[in-house]
Amino acid sequence: MLTIAALSAGPTNTFLQQIEGGITLGAVYALVALGYTLVYGIIELINFAHGDVFMWSTVISLVIVQALGVNAPLGGFALVGVLLLLIVAGMAVSALINVSIERIGYRPLRKAPRLAPLIAAIGFSFILETIVALWRGSNFVSFPQFFPIGSFYVFGARINYLDIFIVVLALGLMYALNWFIQNTRLGKAMRATSQDPEAAALMGVNVNRTISITFFIGGALAGAAGVVYSLYTGFVWFFTGFELGLIAFTAAVLGGIGNIYGAVLGGFLIGLVQAIVIQYFPGGNGVAWSDAIVFAILVLILVVRPSGLLGQQVPDKA
Amino acid sequence: METTQPAVMDSSSPTAEDMLSLQNINTYYGPNHVLRNLTLDVRKGEIVCLLGANAAGKSTTMKTIFGLVKPRSGRILLEGERIDTLGTDAIIKRRLALVPEARRVFSRMSVRENLEMGAYMIPDKAAVLSGIEFVYNLFPRLKERDKQTAGTLSGGEQQMLAMGRALMAQPRLICMDEPSMGLSPILTQTIFDTIQSVRQQGVTVFLVEQNAFMALNIADRGYVLQQGQIVLTDTAKNLLTNDLVRRAYLGG
Repeated sequence: MLTIAALSAGPTNTFLQQIEGGITLGAVYALVALGYTLVYGIIELINFAHGDVFMWSTVISLVIVQALGVNAPLGGFALVGVLLLLIVAGMAVSALINVSIERIGYRPLRKAPRLAPLIAAIGFSFILETIVALWRGSNFVSFPQFFPIGSFYVFGARINYLDIFIVVLALGLMYALNWFIQNTRLGKAMRATSQDPEAAALMGVNVNRTISITFFIGGALAGAAGVVYSLYTGFVWFFTGFELGLIAFTAAVLGGIGNIYGAVLGGFLIGLVQAIVIQYFPGGNGVAWSDAIVFAILVLILVVRPSGLLGQQVPDKA
Repeated sequence: METTQPAVMDSSSPTAEDMLSLQNINTYYGPNHVLRNLTLDVRKGEIVCLLGANAAGKSTTMKTIFGLVKPRSGRILLEGERIDTLGTDAIIKRRLALVPEARRVFSRMSVRENLEMGAYMIPDKAAVLSGIEFVYNLFPRLKERDKQTAGTLSGGEQQMLAMGRALMAQPRLICMDEPSMGLSPILTQTIFDTIQSVRQQGVTVFLVEQNAFMALNIADRGYVLQQGQIVLTDTAKNLLTNDLVRRAYLGG
């Protein structure tokens, strides 16, 4: 299911080529992992519908591209315009879906036993998938490749323009997120709420609104990831979010769920691990094994170091 | 039992002097009836303390005032305006502040960020900066710890931070839940000195304390809470010599 540039490029440095592919895919995982970690950080819920929130952006992107009749590589203003339109629309749709899910399903269950919102999340996951399957069908649909095809070589590794775009966009969004959380009044309210919602309310923070904003931001990041993932893989499928969501969730856990730097680190690490496994797994069957390896990592972290690589310190959650 | 101003005992007709007035409050935790017909008032400029044993309902009283727990019946008035129907953030907007039990500072935020959170409702950035200066003058220890994360502070420093954070909101009424808990006698004295100087600046104080002796020494009036009911109210001076209070809370 993964398009690895290495397979078609004939690179001269296979290892670096895998690193390049791992970083690109890792950037997508990191964007989606941020949504898991932000939501977990603020209401301690694993939003299992998050992968499908991501998937909706891929579908909306396809709908827009088809409506525009774009099916060949674009350049100049047309390219910028279409990219901008897709990213804004994808981010907006995913953000609004995520906010709605919280409002409809999770908020009424906030004081219920933890299992209840988790089951609601799984329910939303099925709903979001089913709607797309009924609306667009359950087959793979190819995504028109309008991004200019081209690349250059660095130390024998081929780097596609699209890969550069994906990584730069992801890093830009991560930087913006970090700046927002560290410096703005709302960002501080988010941090305060995630540490102690009741104390935050006592400062005058509207906790419900802050939680909505968190879902909005998490959804928007998944939306941006959905747009570039469609371009990267060249297809759209109603079930994409299930697998990618689980991988991104693993990334969030690996980095330390609730920690935004951990989500970014975990995303890139998982991307790299996959790329290496695909190329070097003994027996040459790495593609088949890559998901199993990723989920083995998930189990391993949960057993050995549940707080993840950068983990959150639990004691101060007094 | 009220000796100074018996007229105010009729709680159904709060006077213009009232800052905060709780009227026939009943609060439940699930099936547990925690506050029973609780009525009390705090007048402008006063220090009023609420005494009671563990689990008497003191913290629940605070939580009810701040909308963290909703009363099933009764009314809460702030300068005559009903606040029991409001959400916590709206109550805070009316310039009430709480120093919560166990401090509840934001442990992964710096001292300065904690103070900034205290001023979350205040849009004027210059006022926030001068508020931080004011708190740092009050507690020079906090100034030294400006950039340190609050979780690394000692218990006493966290209590100062919790109090400073509440003052950042420029409250009309500041409520404090066990501000001396776990503190050394010297730090407790510092905190109580601060409470008095806060009052001198025109802030009304409502205090929940286990340290009844110290609380009554700085308070104007007091209430005694037993099993969710007010069983006694009087001037602080009279309570210090009251038999029930002496037996139950002053160890004599």
